[in-house]
Amino acid sequence: MRVPLSWLNEYVELTAGSTAESVMAELVKVGLEEEGSHSFSLVGPIVVGQVLEFVEEEQSNGKTIRWCQVRVAPVGVKAADGGEDVRGIVCGARNFEVNDKVVVTLPGAVLPGDFKISARSTYGHVSDGMIASARELGISDDHDGILRLSTIGLDPEVGADALELLHLADEAAEVNVTPDRGYCFSIRGIAREFSHATGAKFTDPIDLVTPVKAEGFAVKISDASPIRGKVGSSKFVVRSASNVDAKAQTPAWMVSRLKLAGMRSISIVVDITNYVMLELGQPIHAYDQAKVAGGLVVRRANSGETLVTLDGQTRTLHAEDLVIADDSGAIGIAGVMGGQSTEVSATTNSVLIESANFDGVSIARSARRHKLPSEASKRFERGVDPKVAEYAAARVVQLLEEFAGAKADPLGSYFDETPAIPAVSLPASFAASITGVEYTQAEIVDTLTAIGCVVATVQDGFEVIPPSWRPDLNDKADLVEEIARITGYDRIPSRLPVAPPGRGLTKRQKLRRAVMQQLAGTGHVEVLNYPFLTAAQNSYFAGAEVARVVLANAMQEDVNELRLSMLPGLLDAAKRNLSRTLTDLAIFEVGLVFAPGKQVAVSLPSGVKLPTESELAALHESVPHQPLSLGAVFVGDRVSAQVGKKSVKASHLDAIQAARTAAHAVGVEIYLEQVVVQGYHPGRTAAIKVVGSDDFIGYAGELHPELAVENDLPRQVAVLEINLEVLFANSPELVQAQAVYTYPAATQDLSLVLKQNVPAGEVLDVLRVAAGELLEEITLVDDYRGTNLAEDEKSLTFALRFRASDRTLTQVEATEARDAAVAAANAKFGAVIRT
Amino acid sequence: MSENSPITKASVDAVVSDALKLISEAKDLASLKSIRAAAVGDGSGIAALSSSLGKLPGDQKAEAGKLITAARTELNQAFSTAEEKFYKQEQAQKLASETVDVTAAASTQVLGARHPLSLLQDEIADVFVGMGWEIAEGPEVESEWFNFDALNFDADHPARAMQDTFFVEPVEAHLVLRTHTSPVQVRSMLERELPVYVLCPGRVFRTDELDATHTPVFHQVEGLAVDKGLTMADLKGTLEHFARIMFGPDAKIRLRPSFFPFTEPSAELDVWHPGAKGGPRWVEWGGCGMVNANVLRAAGIDPEVYSGFAFGMGIERTLMFRNDVKDMHDMVEADVRFSKQFGMVL
Repeated sequence: MRVPLSWLNEYVELTAGSTAESVMAELVKVGLEEEGSHSFSLVGPIVVGQVLEFVEEEQSNGKTIRWCQVRVAPVGVKAADGGEDVRGIVCGARNFEVNDKVVVTLPGAVLPGDFKISARSTYGHVSDGMIASARELGISDDHDGILRLSTIGLDPEVGADALELLHLADEAAEVNVTPDRGYCFSIRGIAREFSHATGAKFTDPIDLVTPVKAEGFAVKISDASPIRGKVGSSKFVVRSASNVDAKAQTPAWMVSRLKLAGMRSISIVVDITNYVMLELGQPIHAYDQAKVAGGLVVRRANSGETLVTLDGQTRTLHAEDLVIADDSGAIGIAGVMGGQSTEVSATTNSVLIESANFDGVSIARSARRHKLPSEASKRFERGVDPKVAEYAAARVVQLLEEFAGAKADPLGSYFDETPAIPAVSLPASFAASITGVEYTQAEIVDTLTAIGCVVATVQDGFEVIPPSWRPDLNDKADLVEEIARITGYDRIPSRLPVAPPGRGLTKRQKLRRAVMQQLAGTGHVEVLNYPFLTAAQNSYFAGAEVARVVLANAMQEDVNELRLSMLPGLLDAAKRNLSRTLTDLAIFEVGLVFAPGKQVAVSLPSGVKLPTESELAALHESVPHQPLSLGAVFVGDRVSAQVGKKSVKASHLDAIQAARTAAHAVGVEIYLEQVVVQGYHPGRTAAIKVVGSDDFIGYAGELHPELAVENDLPRQVAVLEINLEVLFANSPELVQAQAVYTYPAATQDLSLVLKQNVPAGEVLDVLRVAAGELLEEITLVDDYRGTNLAEDEKSLTFALRFRASDRTLTQVEATEARDAAVAAANAKFGAVIRT
Repeated sequence: MSENSPITKASVDAVVSDALKLISEAKDLASLKSIRAAAVGDGSGIAALSSSLGKLPGDQKAEAGKLITAARTELNQAFSTAEEKFYKQEQAQKLASETVDVTAAASTQVLGARHPLSLLQDEIADVFVGMGWEIAEGPEVESEWFNFDALNFDADHPARAMQDTFFVEPVEAHLVLRTHTSPVQVRSMLERELPVYVLCPGRVFRTDELDATHTPVFHQVEGLAVDKGLTMADLKGTLEHFARIMFGPDAKIRLRPSFFPFTEPSAELDVWHPGAKGGPRWVEWGGCGMVNANVLRAAGIDPEVYSGFAFGMGIERTLMFRNDVKDMHDMVEADVRFSKQFGMVL
């Protein structure tokens, strides 16, 4: 809400020298957060001038300018800038005549956009100032020539301060109004709050007008299907004014205030309705009475009924829309936007004024349905003071009489079925139990009275009737907030509560942290990516038939799926880094991936109560499965070239190592299986499985080179993805210690000749099992191919360490164990010892 | 008894003197070794004298033996001294030859980094775990009931439109990308025994375009305490403690009236940031309040018996003013330089 200070000052006294900033600093204390200040950004001297004479001069560029002599001060009096009383000014506009009074910006003046006025040479003259247009002054968008003051009904003294004349020195404070405080969408509401913040005296603007209950105009409230049992309109006031001069000029002060409040001046009738809405918070609709056929009916729209709204759009109405209709059909969507057929125009003579109260839910739904959030709907959604309708209508009539030559017409209507406001019980000690502040009884009564409540003291507490403009106050906690707010939150003491002894982080939380710390500690950089992907990206690693979670309102239409995999996001991230010449990357991300749930319609439990078991179960079931996943991508060099070291290109080795590191961090041992899967390099990809459970946890290897190139990445990109939920499920609850045997070990090296297509991992497993209990450790130390071997053969060399728990092992025993291992490898793979 | 014993002081001295001369001529450990063989080994003068010792008559043996022993001791000492000298020399040479330019040391292990947004969540979690609170988590795709209804957002409440929500297809399934971590609070109240003291960090979503201060995907941390007798004083005390750990002992907090559907009374939270770049100042940090009775009711908790407080703040925003991050883009673009400048700490 933007609040022009001059307007605010009419209903609550501002101290001299108040600025938008100082007003906002007061309002923030009562919960109206500052948004900023607005002004016309004009600096004088800007004065009233009179054109004495001009000569038209055609220029070489084809343009004709006027070289004018303009009086900017009374004869013989120094002008506002200390200069002569008559100035030579070049003017490009030609919409004025000799003797016209205009606005002159003299040298030293500054216009919006830091446009500094100075005497400058142009078109062969020294132009000693500028004659301004309405747009240059920020009053309107009118730039069809300069502003002639006579056209807005002004005939001021030459030399007068034009900023004062046009009310352009005013400024506005803008505050954010939270949804519970609709009444603050008015000068009336803000003035009241300012009074709460400062103690300054508040004058209620409705006390300055006299409402009239006019009669004779037919109005029918006929709501056949109220929403949630609430009739669409509980109050409907109609007034009428005849003899309206619809072409009358809106007074400058009103134009200025509307502009500062963020609204454009349109015509006197529309301006007055907007002005009253801003002042009192009551949306007003004005009809051209001559165009209304018969009386008005407030009803729900007929299904399929259409209406051309004021913005020229033809709208098909919904059976739930509340409309205002006359004998011709719907002529407006109640509280949202009026219709074109009854719009006031320059020829309107009689105006019908509607000042009504509509159900907020109904208005909110219509505004949303037709995508028509208006100043009116915004106020109705948040609640309009039902008491104010007749005052607002009277104020409109009063202003029409004053500024549009109108005459109040006795014709009108008054309907009021506003329900009584129920009292709220406030136990005496309740405020203290919520805020920790021991308020006195007087404080409670005084504060609630100050905000407009009627407070009755009863046994053990109070019965409080909230004011008509506070539909948000319907619970004792709401009243406590008011007491705390008005007496100040700074009165609340500080006390640190003691929570019961906690259990620390959960196992899952500890394991996730361990994985991230370990990866970061071993040369991987954590990044975070949005989980939004295109359908194509989601299909890199999953078939098109795999279901995805799809957004109904994605920000980019084609990026509307939630990730099935961490990798596409990481590939994007890699690409972005590469574009910034960061070529060597080892990045990882831990986050959720999304598998759709049942995707069935769910009816949400209603009412403020605990849902039933079955309702809760249905809710839980509707939520998609969202497992925690780890993705990693490696591009460029894993080890960069350094003194004494050659660079090492990132490869599947790094992806597999990262898998080992992550598993190690949570106490899980993994093994690998050579696989071919979608999106990965067919010859360089491993399925990762858990030793013991054989649970599959993910893939590590290299990206399919075609996919890499498609993503503008180098051909060799290593990738890893692990389902952390499965990994974590394999993390031991408790590590059972093994005895550390200290008898001397026997070591053996073993070289086996095998076919090249035999996976080393499998050979290792067979050797480990066959070597028996004496084997303490076995590692693969070499894979040799070449001289002395057949073309399809390789030689794998293993280092074995044997140890017994109870004695010093002899070489003979170690050799026997080794031979058993070789025999098994021979039986399974045809392996023979290399000689 | 013979008078011409070969072992006399003179003969021993001569042998010793010869040997010492040889030792003095040694150049290194290797030459010293060969000298040792010549000077005291078989066939050396001292060895010859020693061997004649046995042939001496008994009465001369003692005297001659002493001379030989003394001589051997002297020679051994001379060898030891020379050996130590040469050993030290050789070690010095070896070490000199092993010297490298340590300032050019290559890395043997690549260094990585955590993302500061995830580090900050851990750090905040630790503060509250230290107070006995527990960390609760929930799904990012969430049922509207948990995200809105249970939190006192009426289906037609304007506050519901206030949040720019991502909806999931089909809309009849009533699933959204959670707009705050508050649904985790609801889940916590439903799942846990009272009293509840939980902190809910996590990622949330709103349909804001990415710019210097907004991002459609961001992180929040929310706290919830439900117990008997909790008041706004407890909320204030908790926030003060939290602020001091995050921003130093001089930090303080300030509450301003505000509105949220799930709290009543509600407040905006400002923190006095003593270490702010450009000087100490108040910074808008988050929102808080006493849990709305309707929220307690939706979770099956009797608001006449229990009360609660809740608070929440943006992790991105906190990182921005705590660590002087100037642009949201840096936090969401996954540029490795951004994470690397933090490394493993904030």
